[in-house]
Amino acid sequence: MFHKSHPQWYPARQSIRLDPKGKSLKDEDVLQHLPVGTTATFYFRDLGAQISWVTVFLTEYTGPLVIYLLFYFRVPFIYAPKYDFTTSKHWVVHLACMCHSFHYVKRLLETLFVHRFSHGTMPLRNIFKNCTYYWGFAAWMAYYINHPLYTPPTYGEQQIRLALIIFLFCQIGNFSIHIALRNLRPPGSKTRKIPYPTKNPFTWIFLLVSCPNYTYELGSWLGFTLMTQCLPVAFFTLVGFIQMTVWAKGKHRSYLKEFRDYPPLRSPILPFVL
Amino acid sequence: MSAAAQGTSKAAHSDVGPKKKKGPGALATAYLVIYNVVMTAGWLVIAVGLVRAYLARGSYHGLYYSIEKPLKFFQTGALLEILHCAVGIVPSSVVLTGFQVMSRVFLTWAVTHSIREVQSEDSVLLFVTAWTVTEIIRYSFYTFSLLNHLPYLIKWARYTFFIVLYPMGVSGELLTIYAALPYVQKTGLYSVTLPNKYNFSFDYYSFLILVMISYIPLFPQLYFHMIRQRKKVLGHTEDYSKVE
Repeated sequence: MFHKSHPQWYPARQSIRLDPKGKSLKDEDVLQHLPVGTTATFYFRDLGAQISWVTVFLTEYTGPLVIYLLFYFRVPFIYAPKYDFTTSKHWVVHLACMCHSFHYVKRLLETLFVHRFSHGTMPLRNIFKNCTYYWGFAAWMAYYINHPLYTPPTYGEQQIRLALIIFLFCQIGNFSIHIALRNLRPPGSKTRKIPYPTKNPFTWIFLLVSCPNYTYELGSWLGFTLMTQCLPVAFFTLVGFIQMTVWAKGKHRSYLKEFRDYPPLRSPILPFVL
Repeated sequence: MSAAAQGTSKAAHSDVGPKKKKGPGALATAYLVIYNVVMTAGWLVIAVGLVRAYLARGSYHGLYYSIEKPLKFFQTGALLEILHCAVGIVPSSVVLTGFQVMSRVFLTWAVTHSIREVQSEDSVLLFVTAWTVTEIIRYSFYTFSLLNHLPYLIKWARYTFFIVLYPMGVSGELLTIYAALPYVQKTGLYSVTLPNKYNFSFDYYSFLILVMISYIPLFPQLYFHMIRQRKKVLGHTEDYSKVE
């Protein structure tokens, strides 16, 4: 309705509140149930240009997938011309490419078929920020892993095998959590419930952690770091961990605020620690 | 970069008029006063050192050596300011303060100290002078503000001198980094090449060039932020004697 009189402010951009300093009203709020009298005053705030979460996720995840492969196949102008379109002689490099690609394909498929988003959109500028982060780091990591002068891990096959186990374990774990979270929410709804362990052993970590999806994600990247023994990967893992910890703490806090009976044993991201 | 903008970086709040600030407690205030007095004194020592050395030698050349130690000590000491923001006794952004202090520390240690050959460059004197004058004013500004007795002269100086000092400092810094480039390239200072077991490489030469380029977007933003602060602060001379 507001959109009709102000066409440039489509609904996703509108933030309507009863009090200028208060919280925004939700899409589901019904006029009759709001604390207003016979006339109501609403305050409008423009949230800026918006873009859907799905679009952002698809874009930010496709980038690393493609970019890593460019380095893996040693496309021209990256390394010295004599290496163009050659392949690495180290089998761990091929394994790393498979793991990295698997990870992002999984993320893309989850975005399309698994996740149920509570907000439809986010500010447009986020896509530039997010893509710079994902695409930039992917290029930086891929450059070294696929470099002609790449040095395989110090402890060879043992190290790589352990790393692969950790990686796969955490990929399955992360996926299990995403499925469990999806099942908490009926299709098309935005309900929020406390997540609990299910029959799937990978979800039993809910006993100790509020955001085990982040815990498993950290684990996956630790595995990948161990597998490639590459400092830029370690750095990417660290930065991701810091960001996920911030998110986990925020989510944990909102769980505590919203649910009186929230299990007290849980930590945000690392059992007992963080 | 010349940290002239520190302490006034909460631009988002500056349009909400005189606000109820909780501010640091009595102990924290006492500590901060001591800190700022010590820093003012330190930079005065550097200023006096520069003048005395100039008078003794009769030239601007090589004055760096006469104030090298206090410069390193007091500029590095400014790292505490990041802690002050993190702990909350100073109402500035940790990120902004961190960035400003780190850029100073970077120039002091990773450029000037590390590359002997640039220490006799005149550009070093240029930024050291700019930093010295800026810091003396800035730290005395904070001292007086904390004591609720801010002479208008100090406030005026803090929000006016930067107009010249900031570009002066930036020029000195850029020229110094530029002078350092050939030596870094020749010696491979702080650089790591492939192959190595951590599969990492770092080219300090390229990094310095990137740093220089980063001044282009960053300096104007900081500079114009101070200009805006100046209009705001010096525009209301009758309202308050203390400003954040």
